Amino acid sequence: MGELSFTPVAASEFAQNVDLLFIALFLLTVLFCVIVFALTIGFVAYYRRGNKVNRKNAPDHNVFLELFWSVIPLGMALVIFVWATQLFATTFAPPKNSKEIFVIGKQWMWHIQHSNGRRENNELHLSVGEPIKLTMISQDVIHAFFVPEFRIQRHVEPGNYTVMYVTPTKPGKYHLYCNMYCGTQHSQMGGWVYVLSKKDYADWAVKGGSKPVAVGGYDTKLGAPSLAQQGASLFEKYDCAGCHNTEGVKAKRAPSLTGIYGTVRNLTNANVIADDAYLRNVLINTDQYVLKGWEGNIMPSYKNILKEEEILAINAYVKSLDGKSVPVTPVGEVGTDANNAADTENQQWRYMYGGEQYK
Amino acid sequence: MSIAVKSKTGGSEHTHAKGTHQQAMVDGEPENYLNTAHTVKSWLLTTDHKRIALLYLISISVFFALGGLAAGVMRAELTGPHGQFLSSESYNKMFSAHGIIMVFFFLVPVVPATLGNFMIPIMIGARDLAFPRLNLFSWYLYLAGGTCALLSILGGGVDTGWTFYTPYSSIYSNGNVALAIVGAFIAGFSSITTGINFVVTIHKMRAPGMSWFKLPLFVWAMYATSVIILLGTPVVAITLLLVLVERTLGIGIFSPELGGDPVLFQHMFWFYSHPAVYIMMLPGLGIINEIIAANTRRKIFGYEFVAFSSIAIAVFGFLVWGHHMFATSQSMYSSIVFSVISFLVAIPSAIKVFNWIATIYKGSVALTSHMYYALSFIGLFTIGGLTGLYLAALAADLHLTATYFVVAHFHYIMVGGALTAFLGGLHLWWPKMTGRMYNEELAKIGALLTFVGFNMTFFPQFIVGYLGMPRRYHYYAPEYQIWNVMSSLGATILGVGFLLPVLYLLHSLKNGEKVGKNPWGAAGLEWTIQSPPVTTNFTETAIVTWDAYEITFESTGGVLNSPEGEMIPEMPELDRALQANSANREEVAR
Repeated sequence: MGELSFTPVAASEFAQNVDLLFIALFLLTVLFCVIVFALTIGFVAYYRRGNKVNRKNAPDHNVFLELFWSVIPLGMALVIFVWATQLFATTFAPPKNSKEIFVIGKQWMWHIQHSNGRRENNELHLSVGEPIKLTMISQDVIHAFFVPEFRIQRHVEPGNYTVMYVTPTKPGKYHLYCNMYCGTQHSQMGGWVYVLSKKDYADWAVKGGSKPVAVGGYDTKLGAPSLAQQGASLFEKYDCAGCHNTEGVKAKRAPSLTGIYGTVRNLTNANVIADDAYLRNVLINTDQYVLKGWEGNIMPSYKNILKEEEILAINAYVKSLDGKSVPVTPVGEVGTDANNAADTENQQWRYMYGGEQYK
Repeated sequence: MSIAVKSKTGGSEHTHAKGTHQQAMVDGEPENYLNTAHTVKSWLLTTDHKRIALLYLISISVFFALGGLAAGVMRAELTGPHGQFLSSESYNKMFSAHGIIMVFFFLVPVVPATLGNFMIPIMIGARDLAFPRLNLFSWYLYLAGGTCALLSILGGGVDTGWTFYTPYSSIYSNGNVALAIVGAFIAGFSSITTGINFVVTIHKMRAPGMSWFKLPLFVWAMYATSVIILLGTPVVAITLLLVLVERTLGIGIFSPELGGDPVLFQHMFWFYSHPAVYIMMLPGLGIINEIIAANTRRKIFGYEFVAFSSIAIAVFGFLVWGHHMFATSQSMYSSIVFSVISFLVAIPSAIKVFNWIATIYKGSVALTSHMYYALSFIGLFTIGGLTGLYLAALAADLHLTATYFVVAHFHYIMVGGALTAFLGGLHLWWPKMTGRMYNEELAKIGALLTFVGFNMTFFPQFIVGYLGMPRRYHYYAPEYQIWNVMSSLGATILGVGFLLPVLYLLHSLKNGEKVGKNPWGAAGLEWTIQSPPVTTNFTETAIVTWDAYEITFESTGGVLNSPEGEMIPEMPELDRALQANSANREEVAR
């Protein structure tokens, strides 16, 4: 049994701001409870049947009074609303220079892909003060990525990228939970977020993420290929270049992929911006994303062939093809390690709730 | 306590007896809806709303016991961070069983189908509901739905939670989801038929003089509830049917693998299930008005405000469903709109609480067992309502949603609110329903135990939720254990608090003291007729000459005194009014 605590650590900018809101809400709750309880108990005691007290001219309505106790709470509620909404809006505004990290939820583990190719399972290492953007997707049911110390969570949905921004401010080790019921081992879908000091993070990056505890963690090898390099390998493996020319020259069988990220694509049914979701969906629902002029050459669907983490790698590769920098090169076969999670239920339980960290 | 009722206003009994026809006797008692027939058939094929209400009361109590049992098992399991005796799979099935039973088979029907069914016709001066056979049919639908759900739970279980979120429920879950959905679907139609019945009855069958603004506020609340049922339940029925179609036929609606949208399910589900919260809550709010009026001998302060606040809650209730989805991919602007409307719901709720307090002011407050329940309702509803603001506030909800904070919040509303109100209403109307008085002292102890046990169970959950413990977690971090142990201890007390009424109420059926028309000295049509009522409720057409809760000779059934058999000495004005009133009446009679 841990020691008694009433508030979790506030370990992000958002957490510190939202805690002020909590304090305001708490004071408001206390204020109203005191008013309601004092009046109720006071009146009941004073006007109890049998007490000889003045009950003359008991009012049965008073419009002014009723408006008074409608409008005052309304005003207070609206103040809270505006305050909370402003804070909420900040969670949709990307901080400058945020580092993108990819999260894949699956029954019942979190798989993390860093842009430099490092992977982690049920662990996330962050550098204090560095804003991050988590781009998340689920491989099966709906999950939710929740770190109480950051005071924020976001659903991780199948078929759709969701985004969450966090700027960690306090080094430490924090629970990572799935907070959307996802099946049998829902309560064990989680692990730890490590917020490291800048020096420790640099250290961790050099050591390639080997970790001492980490029953559920994956030891990424030193010098692992970047996510884009892995994507290049997959591009080769699935022979995408057989149709798609990536050098900017118009290919014969499929449109070029160079420089398409962020541009407007003229599809047969709509004009859409080629964002992350677009890059993903063109691989899955190919018949919905036919480019004008290419109606005769519809790509076969890679649904059930590519895993979400492979799609993320391919996206990273396609995004790297900006026509200016040197294209990344394939690195040979890249294994997926998604199933390196804890092998037994009990191990995962110890890792999350019972292991070394509680001694 | 003496409940024998003697009038001190000379001649009033005599006056009242005038004009009523000779009462038939059965077994030495006046004939009533209970002793008029004793065969099994007379119960199973009855179209008497009072008998149907009792059938509902029995069957709903059974479901409550089962749902409560599941809760007890969960609380026992959660006393340790690594569980005690269940596998994760069984634990998941346990909370799903608890949720499905409590929501669909207890909270939604409990007040409308029992107290509403029994009291609405009586309170508006009708002989029965508008469609008595439909009423009986709704009970059979309830039983059919309940049977499906029980078969699914007992024959393997469901592990989706009561929310049936897709694509888990439609593709991934291995449980008996289809059967449970069929059960909830059928039970939905039972609600719909009850809702139609109430709306038509309240519109068309009010007694002469019973205008809309003379209706007891419980009837207003039930009217608002019925409208929500009629507009909302079909939507959830369709939604569940679509899950069933996807699950059994593989037609893609919600699963992205089949080309569907999983968030669409949440929109459709909460479009009903948020208003469903008000289906559970509004009847409870209505009951509290009746209890407070009866126990303070006052008109409810600001009657019109309270009546319209029920309607306002019903309307707003349909516009806030998105506040369950602030952490999903829902757009920021949708979330903002849903948030501000959610804050607006706080206003009619606050109006109700303050108006009750104003009603107690200068009242003649009797601390009966039902008043205990009403007072504990005010406290718990206030806490439950205020903690709702945390969840309506967008930024705070990003942390709190789906944690134990939410669990605590909605139990304060559902158990602390709806269930407490139901128990209060049951105690208020039990003598009317059965003609017998229960043991008041035990009842007060039960109410106190419930209040204490409830707070001990659910208050720690606010803290552990704020600390970050997710709901629906079988295993949890050891730092949360102390709060969970407290909660489980409280649940034990709460369990005793719920068991006690079952015992003394059943005991009262044979051994309770017989009561007269109006044991509490309250105003309203239901207190003008005999306890228990005759099958047709009224032996002569009721004529309403008083405002809601106005204490007059007629509105109290000729019983002008308090339960102690005395005039209320501290209300001389009322005394004068009553005497003048009865003098008038005598003159008219002459």
